[in-house]
Parts: sequence; structure tokens; C-alpha cells
Amino acid sequence: MPHKPPTKEELEKRKIVGVNLETVTDVSSTDFPGHYPGEDHAWDIERFKRGFSVEFHQNDPHEASFSLIGIDASIANAFRRIMIADVPTLAIENVFVWNNTSVIQDEVLAHRLGLIPFTGGREGLTDFLKWYRKPANGDPAECKDFNTVALELNVKCEHNENADPNETDPTKLYHHAHVYAKDIVFKPIGRQVDYFSGEDIIRPVNPDILIAKLRPGQEINVQMHMHKGVGSDHAKFSPVATASYRIMPTITITQPILGRDAEKFQRCFPKGVIGLEKVTAEEAAQKGSGYEGHEGELKAVVVDPKSDTVSREALRHEEFKDKVKLGRRRDHFIYLVESTGQWKSDAIFLESVSHLKAKAKALEKQLVNMVR
Amino acid sequence: MAARPDSEDIAMDDAPTSHQPEVKDDTMVDDAGEDVEEEEDYEEEEEEEEVQRVKLLPGSTETAASFEFSNEGHTLGNALRYVIMRNPEVEFCAYAIPHPSEAKMNVRIQTFEGTTAIEALEKGLRDIQELCDVVTDKFVAAADDFEKKKAATA
Repeated sequence: MPHKPPTKEELEKRKIVGVNLETVTDVSSTDFPGHYPGEDHAWDIERFKRGFSVEFHQNDPHEASFSLIGIDASIANAFRRIMIADVPTLAIENVFVWNNTSVIQDEVLAHRLGLIPFTGGREGLTDFLKWYRKPANGDPAECKDFNTVALELNVKCEHNENADPNETDPTKLYHHAHVYAKDIVFKPIGRQVDYFSGEDIIRPVNPDILIAKLRPGQEINVQMHMHKGVGSDHAKFSPVATASYRIMPTITITQPILGRDAEKFQRCFPKGVIGLEKVTAEEAAQKGSGYEGHEGELKAVVVDPKSDTVSREALRHEEFKDKVKLGRRRDHFIYLVESTGQWKSDAIFLESVSHLKAKAKALEKQLVNMVR
Repeated sequence: MAARPDSEDIAMDDAPTSHQPEVKDDTMVDDAGEDVEEEEDYEEEEEEEEVQRVKLLPGSTETAASFEFSNEGHTLGNALRYVIMRNPEVEFCAYAIPHPSEAKMNVRIQTFEGTTAIEALEKGLRDIQELCDVVTDKFVAAADDFEKKKAATA
């Protein structure tokens, strides 16, 4: 039997994961050679190029949202995982406590300091700063200008002589009652002044992060060393607060939903997903459309499936039975990348792509080595 | 399993009992050798002396082989599995992480006659690189477009 090439509808249908009342259907991708007899599903970069697109929804330094369309989950997930765990950032790694008479224990203080996100000149952070190699046991640390950033925090809480005698607010009664991230001072070494000065200075992303509270006589005097690291080692090195994707929801209304039902249907979805439109004379005139005799009534239409949460609420109601189909587009990923501030959100994604490429390249070289 | 008289599988007692490296801590030796390097080298060449991270596991034949990747996980494993499965010359491809506390990832590739498992793996790794280039290009273009549109409406 000669093979019939799949129709456009068939190809679209293959992309949809069914979300039913109690079950899900067609969960795995089927675009592999041999899955459909007679069809060519071999990997072809030109075909991928034609089918792949990127769409931005938001692109701010601290938050970006975009869709990758026409890509497999395994690749999309690799990007997500790399963004969280493999894109390097600079964070406080060592804290040298000279004096800490606050109520926060040294180790807790060190941990808090480590989690503060810092930022600085991009060129210095990516190109100038290199990995810090932990010295072998017993060897002295090798802290150089190209692998270590030094910081200092030196605050002492004292009485404020000018405070009102009836004052009860500690921040007015004392100097430095609260220690904030902005109290941390960057101490450039060597060539670091060339890369991290002016607006490129190493600084906390948010100056108002509370580190500790002090009372008169208490003081914190610590030095800190920052190194480059990756999220797989410690979450403080992760460049993102969240990097996640949702799969594009689809809502297909198969039979007209009219009048009061349409309003109820709208309420089954988040705001803006379902719209209400008047049935036109044209539609009402069309035989077998289901709109006959309903001219002027309200009908439910899908306006913005992207905002849907796929709660399946609509499937619970008898009146919508067989009138709606919910699903998801298997190859449409809506990413949300929230940067902690050291990288721009879109740059984190680009870095994840080049990281995957570098990984594949290194392993290709290794494979050639292995064969030799 | 069907008996294969001309099987190229190695005999049971020749196979190592574990896939752990037999030389204990060879990385230590590498590090020690590197300490002699000058500081400039350290700065210039951030990549360490390459340790072989891909290994062919025993029992592998030309067209049916298992590879062991050290320090790789689901990130590369699943992506690699996908592109290799898109190769029509490949009959079977799967990846596994045999134990969560060992940083190792195995890939099994079986091909039809005419190509080898090693070639299929190499093609897979090249395909990923090409794919990444396309994604980067389209992403940058989309970001620029978005910026332009935003500037036009503002």
C-alpha cells in the first residue's frame, strides 16, 4: 500500500497532548524515524530551522518571558537545567570573621552573606574573572585578582547621642542598629579597578537586604572572598531565582456554547482566556453550525489560551460535555526566567545555549580521543 | 536472548566487576603535575588537563555500544538521546544514570549495518552544536525585534 503523506490537520494533531477529565493522552513525542512508516523524520538542521521560532512576551533585566516553538522537550529541558545549575556567577564563598559580637552566630552570618546576590561590570565578570581552583589540602590559598573578589563588612552599633529621650525606634536610638547589604564594601585588588569601578563596581543587587540587627556595643567585622561557582555546587551560585517553562495550553470548542452557559464557561477559566461574542447573522444562517436561531446571543470564544492554567474545571460540568477539548502543544514552551541580578535574564538563556554547545563540542573532541 | 555464536562480547571473567576507575585517584596525579605550571598558564588556560570523560564499556561491538560519560547527567543525557534517536541509521538509543551517587551517565546506541555506534554518537554531538547555533540566532533576532517593537510603541 503506498504511503499517504500526513495532512496538515494530522500534523497539528500530532503536536497536541490531550488533557481529559481523568486522563492524559499522547504524552510522548512521535517525531522519530520509523514511528510513522514511510515518513521521513530524520534530523535535519534546515527543517529544524524552518519549524523553529522564538517569541518574546517580556524582556526586562530581572525577568524575561519568551516562547520556544518547534523544539523537543528534551532540548528545552536541557536549557532550563543549565540555566539553573550550570551558568556561573560570583558569590561570597569564604568569610573571615575577625570579630562578631552580634547575636547571629558566625556560621549563620556566613551563610546569610553567601546568599546575597551581587552584581558588577559584565566584562569583568565574564571575561576577566576566572575559576578559582581550590588548593590541595595544606597548600596555601591562591587568591589572585583574576579569581577572587575581596569584600569587607565592618560595622559597630553605638548610641545616638542626638536621639530624642522618648525615642523607642532602635534605628533612631542607635547608629547601625540594622546591618544592610549596602554596608558591604568592595576592596579591589590588582587589575580589578580597571573592570569594577564607577557603575561597574561590585555591589549587592539590592542594597536593602537586612543582614543582622545590632545593639550598642555589638560589632561585626568580617572579610569576604567571592569566587565564581555554579548552581550545581550551591544554590547561591545559581543566576536565576526561577527558570521554568509551561507548555502552551490549547482549548478547542467543538460545539457552540451559548447564552448563560457561555458566561459560566468563561468563569471556568482564568480572566481573559475566554471571550464572549455575539452570534452573527451569517453564523445563524449557516445550517448545521449549531447557531441556527441564536442570532444576537452570546457565544464563548477562545481569546488567550496562553493564560490558561489547564485546571480542567470546564470538564467537570455536564453542560460542556463533548463541547470542549483541552490540551497542550507539545513543542511550545513558555519560559519564565527571573534573574537574581548578576546577569540579564535573556543573557542567561543565551549562556545556557552556548554552554550546551560547548559541552557537546568538548565531548566530541573526547570521543575522537577515545577512538584514537 | 538469541544465542550469537560469533558474539564479540567479552567473557564474563574478563569484564571488570565495576565501572569504577581501576587506578584509584588518577586525578590526584594530574593535579600534582599541574602545580608545576606557571601562574600565567593558570590564568590563560582555565581548562584543566583534559581527563578522558567518555569511555566505551566492555561488551560493545561496532554497531551496538554503550558509552560511559563521567560528570554528565540528565541535562546532556536526554538531549543527546533525542538527537541520536532522530538518526534513521540508529535502531535503538537510550540513556541511564545507573546510580544517583555516582556522577556517571551511560548511553546505549545500537545502529543498523552501514554505520557504527561511535559514528552515531559523534553525529549526535555535532547535531546538538548545530541546533544550538540555530537557537542562538533565532533568539537574538527575536529579542532585537521585541526591543524594536517596544521602542516603536513607546
